[in-house]
Amino acid sequence: MLDTTCLDTTYSVETPEGIDLRAQAAGPVPRILAYAVDVFYRTLILAALGIALAFADRAGWGIWFLCSFLLEWFYPVYFEVMRGGQTPGKKAFGLMVVNDNLTPISWGASLLRNLLRFADFLPVAYAAGVICMTLGRNFQRLGDLAAGTLVVYHQPEKPHTSLPDVAPLAPPRGLQLQDQQALISLTERHADLSEARQCELANLLEPLTGKRDKEGLHYLRSVGSWLLGGK
Amino acid sequence: MKQIDFENRYRDRWEQLEKWLKVGDGGAEAASLDLPAAYRSLCQQLAVAKERQYTNQLIDRLNRLVMTAHHRVYQQQTLRRNTWLWYLLAGFPRAVRAQIRTVWLATALFLLPALVLGIGSYQNDALIFAVMSPDQVWQFESMYDPGNRVLGRERGSDSDLLMFGFYIKNNIGIAFRTFAGGVLFGLGTIFFLVFNGVYLGAVFGHITRVGFVSTFYPFVIGHGAFELTAIVLAGAAGLRLGQSLVDPGRHRRLVALRLASVEAMRIMYGTFLMLVIAAFLEAFWSSSTEIAIGVKLAVGGLLWLLVIAYFALAGRGVAGPEHEVQRGA
Repeated sequence: MLDTTCLDTTYSVETPEGIDLRAQAAGPVPRILAYAVDVFYRTLILAALGIALAFADRAGWGIWFLCSFLLEWFYPVYFEVMRGGQTPGKKAFGLMVVNDNLTPISWGASLLRNLLRFADFLPVAYAAGVICMTLGRNFQRLGDLAAGTLVVYHQPEKPHTSLPDVAPLAPPRGLQLQDQQALISLTERHADLSEARQCELANLLEPLTGKRDKEGLHYLRSVGSWLLGGK
Repeated sequence: MKQIDFENRYRDRWEQLEKWLKVGDGGAEAASLDLPAAYRSLCQQLAVAKERQYTNQLIDRLNRLVMTAHHRVYQQQTLRRNTWLWYLLAGFPRAVRAQIRTVWLATALFLLPALVLGIGSYQNDALIFAVMSPDQVWQFESMYDPGNRVLGRERGSDSDLLMFGFYIKNNIGIAFRTFAGGVLFGLGTIFFLVFNGVYLGAVFGHITRVGFVSTFYPFVIGHGAFELTAIVLAGAAGLRLGQSLVDPGRHRRLVALRLASVEAMRIMYGTFLMLVIAAFLEAFWSSSTEIAIGVKLAVGGLLWLLVIAYFALAGRGVAGPEHEVQRGA
């Protein structure tokens, strides 16, 4: 169904049930920002620990080293496996890590992709990782490639929008499938687009409908509502 | 069928499934829903919705629901208690033996430079300065100077804890990096193995030359059994990754890397455990001066024997558990 020649971040997987699962792969920029947020949190934790443990002197430093080791290598693993693929940084940017068959990430995969983080870091500042990401179709860094994982956008649950309150009206004859879909999506998105923009769009069809602004939009919505099955 | 009729017909079922997925298996409603059946019919509805080109909003909603249910149906449970026990008793040494050629290669990459530099800096006073700065050399010397021992070596338990934290961070970090470098066609791993070999070899040679044998060898022999082996194993795991990229055999490189990484991770779990043991020994056992040198050497030798015997013998002739086939990575 997907045209693979076009630039598109859609990633789809066919399940054994014959269904294509779809997700949007996340590119380098949101991932770098998410990583920056994680680094910020980690530094904050380490600084707080450093202050708290300064009173415990040498043993305190021992514990601090231990914590910094755990934070360095296992902070992402913990959040990825226990918190649905989202470290706090990824959560802030609506990202999540999944296996490449779009199932929740497993322990082994998460450990591997985070162990290989070091290779992605080389030679400086994640250069290898970013290059690898931009070369691949699904923005996978080296660790992702080896572990078979993928960072995708977490799709938040949208409340089901209601249709505009208009009386359905039968469309004119000979309306092509594409035209029908355009009208339907205009009707469906009535709450997302500003009124002025919708009027503007409706005015494009003035030569056909012979109506302008509010009136034209109202007519198009009525037709859209009919096409959706309103009675 | 118009979209609204379609939605009206199935809405109740979707909402029921949504609710069930939110609550999870634990709730009282758990019994009221047959997940696989509900999931299959949901898949059918999504396929129909796509085929009839219903609106994106509906398809997105169904897609999201299918995805959540899919996650639930195909949940992976890789962490089982007896799997871990089996891994420790047999799986780990088996995984190492399965890669024995790579392990030998890693050993050579580590040991040969160490031998060259060890013998070299034992013979030649100046060679160690090619590897490290005079400050570091001085630091090493003072650390193992038998004369110093009485003054500074016996530490309180708080220092032991400090060193434990330090060894964990430093040594395990080195091993992890050695492994991770493997994904760069093995070059990173080779670099770290040779580098560590050169460094440690120089230290061994130099300290022996200076004659601090009575402090140095009892100190390193105990945890060395775990630490040096673990670094070699981490290197072997890294080389396995590199090998899959250089010589993928009949697979595509990406597929070869995936397969190799499953094998490599089997080695890495155990390596991590060995490094924790090593850090523990290094901080709390090796550094102690109350234990006689003879005892330390004997225990250290025993530990080496134990480690070698473990990898040579453990898990031979035992059938693998049925659920060994876990999706490692």
